[in-house]
Amino acid sequence: MSDTHAHVITSDANSAGPLQFHLTHEHHPENGTLLGFWMYLMSDCLIFACLFAVYGVLGRNYAGGPSGAEVFELPLVAVNTSMLLLSSITYGFGILEMQRNRLRPMLIWLAITGLFGAAFLSLEMYEFLHLIHEGNGPQRSAFLSSFFTLVGTHGLHVTFGIVWLITLMVQTGKLGLTPENKRRLMCLSMFWHFLDVVWIGVFTFVYLMGVLK
Amino acid sequence: MSTHTDLIPQDGHADDHGHHGHDTGASHSTFKGYMTGFVLSVILTAIPFWIVMSGGLHTSGMTALVILAFAAVQIVVHMIYFLHMNSKSEGGWTLLALIFTIVLVVITLSGSIWVMYHLDHNMMPSMMEQQMKNMP
Repeated sequence: MSDTHAHVITSDANSAGPLQFHLTHEHHPENGTLLGFWMYLMSDCLIFACLFAVYGVLGRNYAGGPSGAEVFELPLVAVNTSMLLLSSITYGFGILEMQRNRLRPMLIWLAITGLFGAAFLSLEMYEFLHLIHEGNGPQRSAFLSSFFTLVGTHGLHVTFGIVWLITLMVQTGKLGLTPENKRRLMCLSMFWHFLDVVWIGVFTFVYLMGVLK
Repeated sequence: MSTHTDLIPQDGHADDHGHHGHDTGASHSTFKGYMTGFVLSVILTAIPFWIVMSGGLHTSGMTALVILAFAAVQIVVHMIYFLHMNSKSEGGWTLLALIFTIVLVVITLSGSIWVMYHLDHNMMPSMMEQQMKNMP
C-alpha cells in the first residue's frame, strides 16, 4: 500500500523535562476489541479448515451418485462469486464514508452490500433446492453431505452477516456514527471480508477442482 | 505508544484522524487500496474460472495446482487490501495469530487428506467384508 506511516513524536515534549521512568500517558490498548474479534475469526477459520478437510477426504466418494462435474454449474458459481466480491468492495466504500463521518452515504453503501449479500444467498438457495429437487440432497452420497455442510456453513455465516448488517444500519441510523458504532462497523468489515476469503477457498477447492476429472 | 498518521492526506479525511486513533483504531483504508484489491481479485478470480471452463490445462493435476496457486495469491491480496493485514497492526499480534492459524490449517488439511488417502488405499476389500460379517 502506498500510504506511509509516521510516528507522531510525543517524546519531544518530555525530553526537556526530568528523566522519567514511567509512561506519562496512560497506556491503554487502542483497539482490544478488534484484536479479540480477529481471534474469533481465526477460530472460525479453524472450523472451516476442518470442513475443508472433511470435503477433501470425502469429496470423491460418490456412492454411485453424481460427481461434481455433473452437478456443478460453473456459470452460476461465477455469478455468485462476483456477487460476494462486489459486496466486499461496496462494504469497503461504506467504511471510507464512515471514516469521513458521512452517515447517509455510508448507510446507502451498506444497503447495497446487503443486497449483494442477499443475491448471493438466493443464488445459493436456488442451487441447493435445485440439487435436492433432483434427488441429490445431502443424504445422497458422502460427497454431497460434505459439500452441503461446507457450503451451507459458509452460507449460514453470510446469513448472520446480513442480520448483523441490518442491525448495525438501524443502530447507526438511530445513534449516529459514535465511536462504539464505528468499532462495530469495523468488526463487521473484518467478518464480511473474511467470508469472502473463505469463499475463495470454496470456489477453488470445491467447485473448480470438483469439475476437474 | 505510536500513533499512525497519513502522510498523504486523501479525500480530506486526515483531519479527524490526527492523533491517538481513538475513533476506530483501525488502520486507514483508502479508496486506492480498496480499488487495487478489487481489480486484483477480479483478475485472480477470472483467470482460474476461464482456465477450468475452457477445458483446463494438459493434465488435471497441473490445472489443480495452478488454480490453487491463484487462490493462494488472491487470499493474500484480500488479507492485505481488504483486511488491512500488516506486521504493525495491534503490535504484530494479529499477524502472529494469523501465522499460528495458518500452521494449524495446513496441518489439519494436509494431515487429514494424507492419512485418509493412505488408509483408504491400505484397506483390503476383504477386511470390509469380514467386518460386515462380524456386525450384529
